[in-house]
Amino acid sequence: MEKLTNRSRVVSDKKMTFLEKIYLPAIIKGMFITLKHFFRKKTTINYPEQKREFSQIYRGQHVLKRDDLGRERCTACGLCAVACPAEAITMVAAERKPGEENLYREEKYAAVYEINMLRCIYCGDCEEACPKEAIFLTDRIVASQYQRLPFVYGKELLVEPLDPDKRIDVSVRQTDEVRDFKLNKRFAHNK
Amino acid sequence: MDWTILIYKTIFLFIILLVTLLVAMYSTYGERKVAAFMQDRRGPNRAGPFGLLQPLADGVKMFMKEEIIPLSANRVLFILGPSIAMTTALLTGVVIPWGGIITIGGREFSLQIADLNIGILYVFAMVSIGVYGIMIGGWASNNKYALYGAIRAASQMISYELAMGMSIVALVITTGSLSLHEIVAQQHGMNWNIFYQPLGFLIFLTCAFAETNRAPFDLPECETELVGGYHTEYSSMKLGFYLFAEYINMFISSAVIATLYFGGYNMPFIDQLGLPQNVVTLLGTMFFFLKIFGMIFLFMWIRWTLPRFRYDQLMNLGWKGLIPLAIFNILATGIYYYFTELS
Amino acid sequence: MIFLFFLLSAVMVVSALFVVFSKNPVNNVIYLIVCFIAMAGHYILLNAQFLAVVHLIVYTGAIMVLFLFVIMLLNLNKAIIPQKSKTTRIMAVITGGLFFLVLLAATRQTFEILPRYPFTSTIGLVKEIGKTLFNDFLLPFEMSSVLFISAMVGAVMFGKKDDAV
Repeated sequence: MEKLTNRSRVVSDKKMTFLEKIYLPAIIKGMFITLKHFFRKKTTINYPEQKREFSQIYRGQHVLKRDDLGRERCTACGLCAVACPAEAITMVAAERKPGEENLYREEKYAAVYEINMLRCIYCGDCEEACPKEAIFLTDRIVASQYQRLPFVYGKELLVEPLDPDKRIDVSVRQTDEVRDFKLNKRFAHNK
Repeated sequence: MDWTILIYKTIFLFIILLVTLLVAMYSTYGERKVAAFMQDRRGPNRAGPFGLLQPLADGVKMFMKEEIIPLSANRVLFILGPSIAMTTALLTGVVIPWGGIITIGGREFSLQIADLNIGILYVFAMVSIGVYGIMIGGWASNNKYALYGAIRAASQMISYELAMGMSIVALVITTGSLSLHEIVAQQHGMNWNIFYQPLGFLIFLTCAFAETNRAPFDLPECETELVGGYHTEYSSMKLGFYLFAEYINMFISSAVIATLYFGGYNMPFIDQLGLPQNVVTLLGTMFFFLKIFGMIFLFMWIRWTLPRFRYDQLMNLGWKGLIPLAIFNILATGIYYYFTELS
Repeated sequence: MIFLFFLLSAVMVVSALFVVFSKNPVNNVIYLIVCFIAMAGHYILLNAQFLAVVHLIVYTGAIMVLFLFVIMLLNLNKAIIPQKSKTTRIMAVITGGLFFLVLLAATRQTFEILPRYPFTSTIGLVKEIGKTLFNDFLLPFEMSSVLFISAMVGAVMFGKKDDAV
């Protein structure tokens, strides 16, 4: 088998020499190793003041996007719930009434849309399954809670705000390549 | 007895007590910092600047914790255990010479509470009584892990006390006195005992690690095997006493090592500076504390470097390694002085 | 000084009584330890610091630890200790009484010894003890060390595994 590192050593049962038997040189050697680490640069990041940079496609808390006119994109097709391996997503669909066209883009919409953040494994399958570009994972971290119930996020937490300034930017994820891949996914492996 | 002396001694006793507790408190902080630094971490840095208030926070936490005495425990002994551990740990500081002589208004005040003519042996007696704190506490908990911890502590202490005592015998042959004051006075300048007794120092150091139950000899409380060892059942300030006693013991044994082998409050080249005596004494005390802190750092350094011994390895090292070495050391020292003193 | 003497004596006598009458073996050992510490106090009152400390180290610090150690390992309880038969009890009383007589006789002897070796404040110090041991009592001292060596050899023999002997 190929060696993973060059630090591995074959264990031998040979007799120790006197210097090895009294252990002192080995102890001193070990102490100098720890002393070396004593003066090394610390790897800890002081969390609240200092934050580790996230990858652009970090998979954190979900967002339900609105389109440019501020209408919810989700059509409650349930593909995300089907794709979810942890079964964290539930929804109740409703029909769009006349006069609600400025709220919902499609004729059907999700009256209730809940994600259980404790069940979710942040795999991103919902994002991939969504045909309407409605659900995305973002680089936000789900806040900690003392109870379990608040972890079930409803639409009020998931749908992005109407205010254009407070919109959640997912342009990194919603590129043309991604859209193209989603549209032609069925044959992607044949090409 | 002179009243001023009595008052002075009482005040000095309280100062030593406070200093001991303070140093022990900040040793817990130092321990965590040293551990963190050696593992490329930062250590406590939230409470106060650089986390300097961390020991206070820990103390408050310990006080606030719920007090639990197990139903099946022996109540009296359960409380007696940590008390003994703490008391014996604090009692040892009495004989250590913290400094030379200070002259105030024509009166001479010695920076040592009691100059017993058997100072070293007194330290030994306190150490050997200190094991009762662990044993009684461990047994009274009525818990098998605690009992294992207590039994380990007892056998470890007895085994290493022997080698420790014998390394001291060789030292006493060189100094010709059991009084700590006398021993320090003999090491004036750079005339430190470590140059005369390097092997004895090594044995004493190893035994000091074992006697204070510090890693790599922390078998009585090793978390991985015995949950918490002798203090498994303890909570709140009684646990705090046990943990605190360990740090006090570390401080005191560092002080003893500095006194016996590193010249106590003696500073090299102090005579050439031509300073007034009071300044010399204060400088000496500061230098003494510097040595003590160095020793404490060594204690921590070793703890975070070496893995824990296995029980049989511990006993082998004690009985088959250190005791014969100590006997050899006594013989060699005796022979050397026999030929040099008589010729 | 007198007050201290009576205090220590009281502690000693009471704890010694508890050693005999307490039913729990661990408590017995702890009372014995208290008794020994009070005895070390008596030595200090006699200005015999060396003896006091050695007493603390050897008896309190080592031998009693071993006692406690063994009792903890055996985990003795009241129920396990079998009731002794009547003859054993009578024998025990006789033996104890005889030992008491011997002690009484020894105490009487001290009244004669005291004038011959008058008490001085330096008698218990290291130097005096060393001089006495290595001048007046050299032979008994060396003999006892031979006894210790043989005891140690015996202990090592016991400690060895059977197949190694």
